[in-house]
Amino acid sequence: MITHMLFSRHETKILWAVALILLAAALVPLANLLIPEGSAFHVPGYLVPLLGKYLCYALLALALDLVWGYCGILSLGHGAFFALGGYAMGMYLMRQIGDRGVYANPLLPDFMVFLNWSELPWYWYGFNHFAFAALMVLLVPGLLAFVFGWFAFRSRVTGVYLSIITQAMTYALLLAFFRNEMGFGGNNGLTDFKDILGFNVQAAGTRATLFAATAIALAFALILSSAIVRSKYGKVLVGVRDAESRTRFLGYRVENMKLFIFTLSGMMAGVAGALYVPQVGIINPGEFAPANSIEVVIWTAVGGRGTLIGPIIGAVLVNFGKSIFTAAFPEFWLFALGALFVATTLFLPKGVVGTVQQFVASRKERRQADAVEQAYQNKAAAKVESQVATLKPQAAE
Amino acid sequence: MYRAIQTFLVALCLLVSCLATCLRAQEDIRPLVDALGANSFPQKIEAVKALSASGDAKVAEILQNLSDGKLYAPKTGGSVYLAAPTDGAYLDVLTGAPAADVPGNLAKIKLNNGLRGAIGAALSQLTLLSPDRAARLAASRDLLKDADPDNLDLLNSALAQEKDLEVKATMEAARAVILLKTDASAEDKKAAIDTIAARGNRDALTILTAALENAPQDLKPAIEQNIASIKTSLAAWDVAQNVWYGLSLGSVLLLAAIGLAITFGVMGIINMAHGEMVMLGAYTTYVVQQTVASVAPGMADYTLAFAVPAAFLFTGLVGVGIERSVIRFLYGRPLETLLATWGISLVLQQAIRTIFGPTNRQVDNPSWMSGAFDVGGLAITYNRMWIVVFSLGVFVALLLLLKRSKFGLQMRAVTQNRRMASSMGIRTPWVDALTFGLGSGIAGMAGVALSQIDNVSPNLGQNYIIDSFMVVVFGGVGNLWGTLVGALTLGIANKFLEPYAGAVLGKILILIFIILFIQRRPRGLFALKGRAIEQ
Repeated sequence: MITHMLFSRHETKILWAVALILLAAALVPLANLLIPEGSAFHVPGYLVPLLGKYLCYALLALALDLVWGYCGILSLGHGAFFALGGYAMGMYLMRQIGDRGVYANPLLPDFMVFLNWSELPWYWYGFNHFAFAALMVLLVPGLLAFVFGWFAFRSRVTGVYLSIITQAMTYALLLAFFRNEMGFGGNNGLTDFKDILGFNVQAAGTRATLFAATAIALAFALILSSAIVRSKYGKVLVGVRDAESRTRFLGYRVENMKLFIFTLSGMMAGVAGALYVPQVGIINPGEFAPANSIEVVIWTAVGGRGTLIGPIIGAVLVNFGKSIFTAAFPEFWLFALGALFVATTLFLPKGVVGTVQQFVASRKERRQADAVEQAYQNKAAAKVESQVATLKPQAAE
Repeated sequence: MYRAIQTFLVALCLLVSCLATCLRAQEDIRPLVDALGANSFPQKIEAVKALSASGDAKVAEILQNLSDGKLYAPKTGGSVYLAAPTDGAYLDVLTGAPAADVPGNLAKIKLNNGLRGAIGAALSQLTLLSPDRAARLAASRDLLKDADPDNLDLLNSALAQEKDLEVKATMEAARAVILLKTDASAEDKKAAIDTIAARGNRDALTILTAALENAPQDLKPAIEQNIASIKTSLAAWDVAQNVWYGLSLGSVLLLAAIGLAITFGVMGIINMAHGEMVMLGAYTTYVVQQTVASVAPGMADYTLAFAVPAAFLFTGLVGVGIERSVIRFLYGRPLETLLATWGISLVLQQAIRTIFGPTNRQVDNPSWMSGAFDVGGLAITYNRMWIVVFSLGVFVALLLLLKRSKFGLQMRAVTQNRRMASSMGIRTPWVDALTFGLGSGIAGMAGVALSQIDNVSPNLGQNYIIDSFMVVVFGGVGNLWGTLVGALTLGIANKFLEPYAGAVLGKILILIFIILFIQRRPRGLFALKGRAIEQ
């Protein structure tokens, strides 16, 4: 039944997007590894992790869009789920360094040796197994989202208040992860990774594979989101967004619906973070900064909230712009980003995709209306003609 | 006439006798001075002690010269001479006149740390009688610290003529400490213990704890009782100190949040650029300071008097500009206002960074805001005190503006029922713009205050924005009293958590507390009741 739900009745444009993403998952690694340098179709090595990073951001934006665009929960703390997923993956990668660190301690990561710790904290156990780390990538952000949401939605904290306390949540985590005593590398975070599943993280092949994995994860998340949005549950979710009290009075358990989508979205953000860390090579508390989470919101808003393709396009567009801008005029990037925030909210409230959709829909409507009118006129003309035709013989007589 | 002559004669006699005493004294201490030229350091220390015990008026000067390395003596011992400040000549130590038949093998009298300590102690005892109050106070504090029983007589004589209350109290404490060390009578010691205990500070605690060990058996209960009571009172002062630190932090939070209480609380606008308004206020202070320094350097102490209205007007105008150009198109869409104002905050930050550079700017404290004073066991710095006063002043002024002025009335009317207010002839768009300008202007004034205690950098506002939102949400939206109570509560709670949890963990606990608190009371401490909350 789940497969049925996942693979049937998608909008064609979602299927197109999934196909495109999967195509990229195949083509970019091939163009990087097989096509020789110098060819016009070669994708240079530095571009692969950069594109992978964009796709991680796209996945994060998609996760945020599920709660914001479809359920009306503006989370300003999605960076926290992203970073927690990243830390879980970072812990696995740290354990894989083994005795190749600066202090060559087979068990303890460098920063713990540096802090004179004698044994591994209990929460670092198990992270030497990839499967356990992968589970934690889902569970830790999911659990945080569940607990946070359970409290917040049951007591009906909504709107701005919810936004502010999600921001407080990520801020508290930021402060916590800055502390050395937490055992996550403090200020410097986790870095200096060597291997993932036995392959060197720096190697071109690994990077290409990571890119492909990210693209596949994004495609899967898109299919899943589309399935959810198109299901009956998805329709009620939009009802919660637009008229929460009314939905509640209709007998739906609004808090449970919100909790499900919030937890799922947190897990998706965690996966995005986990894929992000090996490609970027570092995770530090800066990822928890409230400013990062707000930036995710603007990617989603630029692309178009309440559409599934919008956040993906928005995340890629804005980050591509950021890469170009920060290289060319670093001092103007914040001006551009700030202007983007203002302009999007003022002039493009539905985002790029939303506006295009609206435009297309209105054109289609007009064309339909035109067609109807045309048909009516044709019909009227035909009627007149036939009347004329019927009259003519009489006249002739 | 007869009486006058008698008086004159008496005076004359006194003068003569005094002169004689002086001369005699001068000659009396000469062997003591010459003893300073001894070869071994213990002998020199003895000589210093003997000199200070002589109580002669010249002793302080001689010892000062000794410690400055101006005294010379033959290597084999003998008369001590003073080096003349200019040429290589030598002077008589006591009279200061050029000395005759100076021996050829003079060498500087060497000092070591023990000798320096002895000189310092002797000097401080001597300055007990100095006419300078600060010198006497410092000397009596030194004496309180090292409490040498040899100084008891000197101290008694100094006590007898001391008029200043604070110096006298310190001297009495020193006397009591010395008494405890001597074999004075039990009553005297008991009185001494009470004197020390009456000081009630940490020093007294250390003194009593030290005295407890070798005190006679019958005194021990009294000492122990006093130690216990001092500990209790110290704990109470610690609490008071924490409350004060908390009030101080709370007043900073209040200043930062009170503007937000207007824009967010009254108008419902999530102004993420609020922190940048604070930052703009701080930079206005910097600009005003630079201007004053170049135009009228003598007015440096009054910079803040210009900076406060300047910051209010400038940030207020920026606020009105933001409201007219962006926010008025977004009423009724709070989450989008949040994004737009965040964008504005990025632009403002980058603008300041481009104009003033990314580094911190130096804003000086005026003289009346530096320094500190003690109230009982509390140490209060002037800048913190003025900030508490300033923030309460701003609060009261704002409260009066809202409750007593025509503009405040219009503002409340528009908040409560926009359409009705509009029907009554209130120009609601203007009220909106001015209200937002007011909130921004207050943030600017907060920036003036924060420039005195924090780094003036483009990131200044970022550090306060989350705290400000916490205060407003915790206190209850739309209620200034809630903001006051919220700010002070959070400030004090933070300072009480710090000793146990550390600064960062304390802050994290506060954040978690607020997150949980919002679950219980989603509208804050002082929630507005009625229909308004549903919008």
